[in-house]
Amino acid sequence: MKLIVTDRTGKVHELQARDDWSAMEVIRDANLPLSAECGGACACATCHVYVDEAWVDRIPAAQQQEVDMLDFGVAVQENSRLSCQIKMNAELDGLQVTLAPESL
Amino acid sequence: MSANVAQPGGQHKTDVVIIGAGPIGLFAVFELGLLDLKTHLIDILDRPGGQCTELYPEKPIYDIPGLVEVTGQGLTDKLMDQIKPFGATFHLSQMAESLEKAGDGWRITTDAGTQIEARVVVIAAGGGSFTPKKPPIPGIESYENTSVFYAVRKMERFRDKVVVIAGGGDSALDWTLNLQPIAKKLVLVHHRDGFRAAPDSVNKMRALVAEGKMEFQVANIKGLNGANGQLSSLTLNTKEKGDYQLPAEMLLPFFGLTMKLGPVANFGINLHENLVPVDTEKFETTTPGIFAIGDINTYPGKLKLILSGFHEGALMAQQAFRYCKPDEKLRFQYTTSSSSLQKKLGVA
Ligand SMILES: Cc1cc2nc3c(=O)[nH]c(=O)nc-3n(C[C@H](O)[C@H](O)[C@H](O)COP(=O)(O)OP(=O)(O)OC[C@H]3O[C@@H](n4cnc5c(N)ncnc54)[C@H](O)[C@@H]3O)c2cc1C
Ligand code: FES
Repeated sequence: MKLIVTDRTGKVHELQARDDWSAMEVIRDANLPLSAECGGACACATCHVYVDEAWVDRIPAAQQQEVDMLDFGVAVQENSRLSCQIKMNAELDGLQVTLAPESL
Repeated sequence: MSANVAQPGGQHKTDVVIIGAGPIGLFAVFELGLLDLKTHLIDILDRPGGQCTELYPEKPIYDIPGLVEVTGQGLTDKLMDQIKPFGATFHLSQMAESLEKAGDGWRITTDAGTQIEARVVVIAAGGGSFTPKKPPIPGIESYENTSVFYAVRKMERFRDKVVVIAGGGDSALDWTLNLQPIAKKLVLVHHRDGFRAAPDSVNKMRALVAEGKMEFQVANIKGLNGANGQLSSLTLNTKEKGDYQLPAEMLLPFFGLTMKLGPVANFGINLHENLVPVDTEKFETTTPGIFAIGDINTYPGKLKLILSGFHEGALMAQQAFRYCKPDEKLRFQYTTSSSSLQKKLGVA
């Protein structure tokens, strides 16, 4: 199962995802720069990613808690998600995301 | 909170000054107190608890020895109770800005001008200081403190100005309601027509919009326009309208907090990847008299657990005692059986 991540310099990384891990954990495990300060508690919005348009409708919709927490994300767009709230599974094999810009 | 909170700007002398009032800084007060060492704590947050109260006040922790389950706020409350007998002084909503040598010890100055002299400094700065997020809008830094503010210190600054507030949390809504009566014009800009903030504030804001007393726009901020630090307009963007201009003299972005190492980086202590290397006997840095405990430190085998930070504080306190009371003999005692410790705890 793959997770394809574009970093903030535009470089594309093809990561080996694990079933049941969140996208955030997969990205952090690969040492890509994602601060994810709250460790996946949906309490910081520093695991913010943009989901590739082709995938927006294919991943389960955000729960209310994630939608609310995105109010604390910077540079939020319509395809913004918190990567700690995206659970990887076979259906998301090949998911493409881009790391959103961070707070200055 | 029933803690001893000092007014900003004073001058103080104590045995140990602790930077960071997270769980580890708090428990250090206890271990130091048992050895009769007096403590002051500094935190940029307006209340103690660090990550526990800022990031997960309602979430349960299951790995504090002896406490089967406790929330972040619950643990903080219990620690505050536990250290109460030692009367530590708290300097809250203040950033420890600089550290310099002062006689045998050190002087710490905060951004509010408070000065604290102490023989020993304990850095318990955790993941760093909690500071407002800055949206990555090109050029925003050149407007900071003239047209762009991440906090409101003086409301008067915004009187008769065209103010734009960005965000959808409680700070964004609270300041919208507070500044609307004094601003010339107030516009709230948020990326969606929905808010994380308390429903009551949202209703009040919507009522003001309905009465024509302020505006609310669903849009993203793409750019800032102006000159010499003086903002004249924002470039907003929506899917329907594309880019468009919104006149603005002041911008207040409220997107919550993030952890930044901050001024500790300039203290002149040895750092490794934004962490402070320490030994594992005393948790002292390479600068004698300066210790680092909790999430901020690093050593072989380090685990960022509250449990580990408590242990680090206990060992740190032993060496702090030797610095602060060089002529006294350190006596190892149990709280269970020592009547002198029990007296300090106010239970004997
Ligand atoms: C969601 C989540 C769940 C967690 N669950 C657990 C768990 O179950 N068990 C566990 O053991 N750990 C857990 N942790 C980790 C635990 O919270 C941390 O290990 C702990 O908070 C570290 O405490 P600390 O006192 O070292 O630092 P922090 O809690 O980070 O506090 C440091 C404080 O220092 C302040 N500060 C820093 N620099 C300055 C400065 N220059 N001036 C003024 N103030 C400053 C900061 O504002 C902050 O308040 C969890 C963490 C998170 C985010
Ligand atoms: S890691 Fe904090 S919200 Fe996802």
